[in-house]
Amino acid sequence: MQFGIFTVGDVTPDPTTGRTPTEAERVKSLIAIALKAEEVGLDVFAQGQHHNPPFVVSSPTTTLGYIAAKTEKLVLSTSTTLITTTDPVKIAEDFATLQHVSDGRVDLMMGRGNTGPVYPWFGKDIRDGIPLAVENYQLLRRLWREDVVDWTGQFRTPLQGFTSTPRPLDGVPPFVWHGSIRSPQIAEQAAYYGDGFFHNHIFWPAEHTQRMVEYYRRRFEHYGHGSADQAIVGLGGQVFMRKNSQDAVREFRPYFDNAPVYGGGPSLEEFTSQTPLTVGSPEQVIERTLGFRDYVGDYQRQLFLIDHAGLPLKTVLEQLDILGEEVVPVLRREFAALKPAHVPDAPTHASLVAAAGGGRMSTVHAADDVTGRTVETAAQA
Amino acid sequence: MTTRTLAVVSAGLSNPSSTRLLADRLTTATVEALRARGDDTTVEVVELRGHARDLADALVTGFPNTELQAAIDTVVGADAVIAVTPVFSASYSGLFKTFFDVLDKDALIGTPVLLGATAGTARHSLAIEFAMRPLFAYLRALPVPTGVFAAAEDWAGGGSGALSGRIDRAAGELADVVTGRPAATRPDDPFADPTTSFEELLKGN
Repeated sequence: MQFGIFTVGDVTPDPTTGRTPTEAERVKSLIAIALKAEEVGLDVFAQGQHHNPPFVVSSPTTTLGYIAAKTEKLVLSTSTTLITTTDPVKIAEDFATLQHVSDGRVDLMMGRGNTGPVYPWFGKDIRDGIPLAVENYQLLRRLWREDVVDWTGQFRTPLQGFTSTPRPLDGVPPFVWHGSIRSPQIAEQAAYYGDGFFHNHIFWPAEHTQRMVEYYRRRFEHYGHGSADQAIVGLGGQVFMRKNSQDAVREFRPYFDNAPVYGGGPSLEEFTSQTPLTVGSPEQVIERTLGFRDYVGDYQRQLFLIDHAGLPLKTVLEQLDILGEEVVPVLRREFAALKPAHVPDAPTHASLVAAAGGGRMSTVHAADDVTGRTVETAAQA
Repeated sequence: MTTRTLAVVSAGLSNPSSTRLLADRLTTATVEALRARGDDTTVEVVELRGHARDLADALVTGFPNTELQAAIDTVVGADAVIAVTPVFSASYSGLFKTFFDVLDKDALIGTPVLLGATAGTARHSLAIEFAMRPLFAYLRALPVPTGVFAAAEDWAGGGSGALSGRIDRAAGELADVVTGRPAATRPDDPFADPTTSFEELLKGN
């Protein structure tokens, strides 16, 4: 099982000091957090994509590319990549490039995005959210799997004889997850392709997550990708930990009360009981997280949100220390002991290459526009 | 004999409240009218005051908590709804509106509804027609023609019988609509297998 963190990349004032980090500080803090994640033994770092203040994550592969260069093992992912408003051609190019830069340590999570104003900025309409996700993703798959694509659709300029470069590393596209909080159509999409399904999990009651995951598993089996319990499931989680749970609650409360996504609603205690948010000791986090398996089954990826709502970098790095030292080693051991042998791990580049029967040279060389000759055919001639 | 479920939504705030009093009168009259037409009734009352904080939380979090979800399920699954609000600032109260805001917009399609409102003065008596009726039209519910408004003077009015007459007329209208319909079915399960295949969605790609 993979463990990691996911970030939305928000620039939020620290309510305890009133200080707001600069964009430069926040971008650097994302990098520091990712490097720390590798240092403490986590497997995955995922970052969101937003195109409006107060976020600094409009260009995910720039940040992820830098992190790739500074790490050895960390899998770089997204939470999420906006499949609705981002040109699938650009996604295909950016993430194939990131595959080469990172030696295959990359996967992606597709999401529609819930910020209404973003759609028109990119010439789209939020009412087309689902059709955009369906059409754009189908095109993205073809761009990675077919060297030359002829394509016509509803939402984008047609493509004729188009080759997305660079071609995927070893001829194997990155693994894709689909994230959705409430749309069964997206779980259906994930099931149809045999892709992974990720539920954000942290803002809604567990029963809702359970229904979405059950649906995805059932449809995954329906489409013939394996049995329902072999479907590839990821969950979000949100934690804040101190050795003594009272200290955790005391320290986290002002961040909860003032967070743009939480403040003004239920109390910290109510929200903790209604959703998977866990504020307490490492032992409490372990117990709660192991309990996720009770309602979604054996799953492949657990990502924690630990760096939002204005929490200072120092605190976030301390949280990573606790995760890496006290929480994740126990979770790894316990989850592994519970998992039946026929339930697969999350796909990685290595496992996908193996499943494809080995890597292949995937480079497509430019053709001479008069003779149609490529470097390869010229060499053979 | 069919058993009908009747959900009563009351947005009264005090105890006792004239809004709840009107809701009870409408309920009793409706149960009798249904019995006269051969149907039994199960009554479920949802007092919104008890969900005031739940409703505010649901606006902020985007999900109803367990208690509010139970209230929503009661109303959405009913054969008929009696909805009664006090008139605040010339319209339904914010609490009343918030409850209908957190319902799915399709949750009450075709549900027969009896509208009631209370106020301190008869000058608010058209609030049912200009405020409540458009709300239920948007929800595509079926409000019966007679809405029942009760001002302070109606309760003090002694034996005029005007309020009782309106209550009985409205209850009869609601019972007529309910008995002409099959028993309520649950709304469509969003997690049922899809009716449109994914291949269909991909057409042309």
